Amino acid sequence: MSTIPGLERPAPVPNELTQPFWDACNERRLVLQNCTSCERLHYPPTQRCNRCGSGDNLQWQEVEGKGHIDVYMVIRDSRIRGFRSAQPINFAVITLDEDPGINFLSNLPGTPPGEVPVGAPVELIFEETSNGQLVHEWQVVA
Amino acid sequence: MVSNTGWMRNREGMGVWEHRGKVALVGWGQSHMDRRWDGVALDRSCGGLTKEACLKAIADAGLSLDDIDGLITSPETRAEQTWAPRPYFDPPYDTEDGLTKTSAEWIQRELGLKNVKYFNSDAPYIGPMMGLAAQAVGDGLCETALVWYPMVNLEGRYGHNNPQNNNQEAPGASAFTLPWGYQNGAMFNNLVVFQQYCQKYGKSHDGLAPLCLNLRRNGLMTPWGYYALYEPYQLTREDYLNGRVIEEPLVIYDCDRPVNTCAAFIFTTAERAKDLRQKPVYVLNHAQNNGTGRSTMATLEEHQEAVASLARKMWEGSGLGPDDVDIFNPYDGYLTFTQQFLEGFQWHGVKWGEAHDFYAEDIRVEGPHPFLSSGGNNGTGRNRAVLFSDSIEQLRGTAGPRQVTVRAETALAGCNTPDSCGFLMMSKHPS
Ligand SMILES: [Zn+2]
Repeated sequence: MSTIPGLERPAPVPNELTQPFWDACNERRLVLQNCTSCERLHYPPTQRCNRCGSGDNLQWQEVEGKGHIDVYMVIRDSRIRGFRSAQPINFAVITLDEDPGINFLSNLPGTPPGEVPVGAPVELIFEETSNGQLVHEWQVVA
Repeated sequence: MVSNTGWMRNREGMGVWEHRGKVALVGWGQSHMDRRWDGVALDRSCGGLTKEACLKAIADAGLSLDDIDGLITSPETRAEQTWAPRPYFDPPYDTEDGLTKTSAEWIQRELGLKNVKYFNSDAPYIGPMMGLAAQAVGDGLCETALVWYPMVNLEGRYGHNNPQNNNQEAPGASAFTLPWGYQNGAMFNNLVVFQQYCQKYGKSHDGLAPLCLNLRRNGLMTPWGYYALYEPYQLTREDYLNGRVIEEPLVIYDCDRPVNTCAAFIFTTAERAKDLRQKPVYVLNHAQNNGTGRSTMATLEEHQEAVASLARKMWEGSGLGPDDVDIFNPYDGYLTFTQQFLEGFQWHGVKWGEAHDFYAEDIRVEGPHPFLSSGGNNGTGRNRAVLFSDSIEQLRGTAGPRQVTVRAETALAGCNTPDSCGFLMMSKHPS
């Protein structure tokens, strides 16, 4: 379960494209596709490099798991069932330090709703979803 | 989804539009508007309202049913509520067609149109659909196109019955958003971008209040609009600031209200337009954005670049520039993204980060900066067509109490969001 009380995250359903990503999450590793011809990271997973357009040079690569809080809001009236039991809850956008053009979503476990330090560094953690699949999450560096 | 985008003008470097000034808008019809369909009155169903709008548009143009040879509409009516088992009715209301959408075939049958040679029931939402229609007439796929856009609103709380939101699983692309509470639709990403905007330029949500109040004011001068019909009073700044929070800082008054209605338009060739009832409103260009951001959330920088690119495409294809646009009706479905259009097109010289200051000036229709003279969707209910119909009325000089006092010879209108939209440049003159 999530460390956020009441939260039941919908579980990602892997497909052919995303299976390596979700398998890595279950090993508590964050892997992104890198286009080896452009040296450009991609997230969410894609069939083609968004710079050169080729799908031939995309290779999974582990990233370090350090980021910063770019911006946030507080969900108070979610339409998503698993979140309605956890409101209010933070909803933040995290930029990856290795490439700030890559961003992730986070509910910032451990940070009280609305008390989000914008610009603060965060580190990678993993949380369980409704069927046990792990997902990548971020928490403020203590 | 619409897979064929070959007709779009979504790239820079395409030059002046090949049909510039050779296509005209000659008719407009607006149906009755309700908050929701009650599931009973068939003349207020999607099909019923579509018939009403189409007949009004044809009459407005001074055409007969036999003049129509193209039918264009969109299935994206936003009838997303589940509503089952459906109480189907006697024909022609015995399927979804006529209840949650109205296809070209349905309208052809119901209106008895005999001369239709071009059918398109699979157009995108109204922003790009207006460009598609102009292109279809310019390309000769039809001479006189009847184009309609129904917005359907059924019983139930908006969005809460979307099956994806009740699913314990997150398939496909949603696997990278839904587990963190991201909801489908334009709200979340545009709110993130708005927060980035406020951080970057030192602005805050209350900077939107003058825009909201003025849209309501303009909407109250739009007799068929939701607020003029059902809630005919002006909002105060206190009302706005104390509005029910949807997602902080977004309040209910930032969101266009879902309604049940239909609008229809007639496009024809400039040649055919000459001897019709209305002064033609010529199309000088259409342009679209259908990009996506690089990562999970599109960013302010990406939205600004998207709108800047849209503006460059519009100037290139129409031969006009920022100083040439008299009437400007960009989408206001969430007030939090409207400033991107205002700044990206540099209307009345507004630069990046200056929109909220501009809103605080005189943006009334009788003033020097009549921004969104339509009242937008915030002021009339989410029909989206008002962006185009007000532009037509302003250029015709028939906008009544909303008629602007500044020059009204050109108009730019479109929707939806900065990264995904279609805009149309209209003019009283073909060149
Ligand atoms: Zn590449």
